[in-house]
Amino acid sequence: MEKKFFHHALTIREDICTGCSLCMRVCPTEALRIKDGKAHLIEDQCVDCGECFRQCPVHAIIIEQDDFSRIFDYKYRVALVPAVLHGQFKHEVSIAEISAVLKSLGFTWVYEVEHGAEAIKPAIEELMKVRTLPRPLISAYCPAVVRLIQVKYPALIRNFATIKAPLELAAFYCRRVLRDNGAHNAEIGVFYVTPCAAKIAAVKSPVGEETTPITGVINMDFIFNKISRTLRNKGEFGAAGDHPFTLSPSTLVWSLTNGEAANVEGRTMAIDGMNNVMEFLDKLENDEITGIDYLELRACDEGCAGGVLLSANRFLVAERLRNKARNIKPAKSKKGDNDMPGIVEYHDYLKGKVRISEEIKPRSMYRFSVDRDKAMKMMKRSRRLMCFLPGTDCGACGAPSCQSLVEDVVRRRANISDCIFVRQLMIEHGKLHPDTSHSIMRKIWGESNFEKNCNKKGAENESN
Amino acid sequence: MSFEYKVEGGDFTHAGYASSQVKKMLKQLDVDNSIIKRVVVCLYEAEVNIVAHAYSGIIYVTLDTDNINLKLVDKGPGIPDIPLAMQKGFSTASPEVREMGFGAGMGLPNIKENADKFNITSEVAIGTTLDITILLNNLAG
Repeated sequence: MEKKFFHHALTIREDICTGCSLCMRVCPTEALRIKDGKAHLIEDQCVDCGECFRQCPVHAIIIEQDDFSRIFDYKYRVALVPAVLHGQFKHEVSIAEISAVLKSLGFTWVYEVEHGAEAIKPAIEELMKVRTLPRPLISAYCPAVVRLIQVKYPALIRNFATIKAPLELAAFYCRRVLRDNGAHNAEIGVFYVTPCAAKIAAVKSPVGEETTPITGVINMDFIFNKISRTLRNKGEFGAAGDHPFTLSPSTLVWSLTNGEAANVEGRTMAIDGMNNVMEFLDKLENDEITGIDYLELRACDEGCAGGVLLSANRFLVAERLRNKARNIKPAKSKKGDNDMPGIVEYHDYLKGKVRISEEIKPRSMYRFSVDRDKAMKMMKRSRRLMCFLPGTDCGACGAPSCQSLVEDVVRRRANISDCIFVRQLMIEHGKLHPDTSHSIMRKIWGESNFEKNCNKKGAENESN
Repeated sequence: MSFEYKVEGGDFTHAGYASSQVKKMLKQLDVDNSIIKRVVVCLYEAEVNIVAHAYSGIIYVTLDTDNINLKLVDKGPGIPDIPLAMQKGFSTASPEVREMGFGAGMGLPNIKENADKFNITSEVAIGTTLDITILLNNLAG
């Protein structure tokens, strides 16, 4: 067994999964298979983009989060909130109101993640001056993209701008400023309200980092529901309280597409959406695309406004944030929230924290074996097997494509007789009994899919 | 193992297919990234040469554990003066082709630089054949 590469935030609940295979068909890294009527994850191939979570019609894919009551293990309870949370609410709802709700839930300090971008801007600028670095520099902001490059485009790892995301820097700042005001590190809990699964995975097993300043994660949909409910019953909630808003216009939109690239000198590009990103990286890897200085890549359309844990429409979220950014008035004082010194006053401290300290390592998903002879044999075999498959990518074998089935076969994860076309041929040649063929089908798709069920979606008596 | 990819002259839209296929195979064989890059650069440049200059062509890829050989045979105008074509910056590409970002005259010299073995033969009005070999274990290259 190979060592597990990544911690994943995505879990498939077998009790709910109907094995409909929709997730398998949308997974951009072909990391899902159907066995015994349930979806299964090939962990080394999953990059936590959350596409499966988005598509699952029965909500069988869940995103793990920390138990909310864990925040009360700490005296100082910081909620690190990305701006896209605010963008989900109508303009009439002020940031102060949202922050007040979070405080009523038990947080002692609500701080916007994007403040961390203040420390990142000069770091990118500095990195861009280093002429010896490869071009384009690729942003390491989106953890799904970092993982995608690790598994699929290992040659481009050297292009990463080794700079942390705003989240980590905001967390370092919060801890430091609380410590400077008398708190002990052990008394501080920093909780991130996450818009996606990839960020959770990155917090739980950071790539290129040993420790993280973040204590736990709370899913944004959970917080969104809490806030929506409170705002609906506003009468009892009372005054919103005060929340000084200190984000600059450019940092407020940092998580949106081009939010980052727009701040970088030279020829920059911003690309969003997994398939767009993959298409571009493929060409970049071939040297078909040259002359770009900085590349911002985001797994979700519209950047984090399209995060899988957002409840509102991504285009509205992006529009609201852009409008808010246009209307920001310059801050009167440099004081931060809670009257603490602002993040810019910790510039020197954060400068020492801004770079990713460890090497980002390749995790090729294509590699058959490190032994060249063995890899060659496997490749030959997979290509020979491919001769017998129809190339229709019907998915009846429980793999997303004929190609992925033959690769699974040589990796000993599947059998060639999983293919329904191959089985048909075997039956015709008297090599397989029809009963065996049926039992293989049942093994892949599960017994229940062969039973009449009028409650299923679209059936006579649909009911969930 | 051997593979064949047909290339259509003038079809820039589909240029790069062979490179992507070969790239995946080399990744499956766990070939070093820097070597994959050299193979892909050679293949892509050579493929685009056929698209830009020839009427049609075939890419023959032969792969074993130690080497990859790329033979690109095209039907086309051929190259009258090979030493001139091998000079950096020399190009006969049409303005239309240059407009698309191709035809900077770096193709052939670039291929030669990235190949471990390189051979070019050409017959005017018949076509050009490139023979490129890259060692899959030669990290020094």
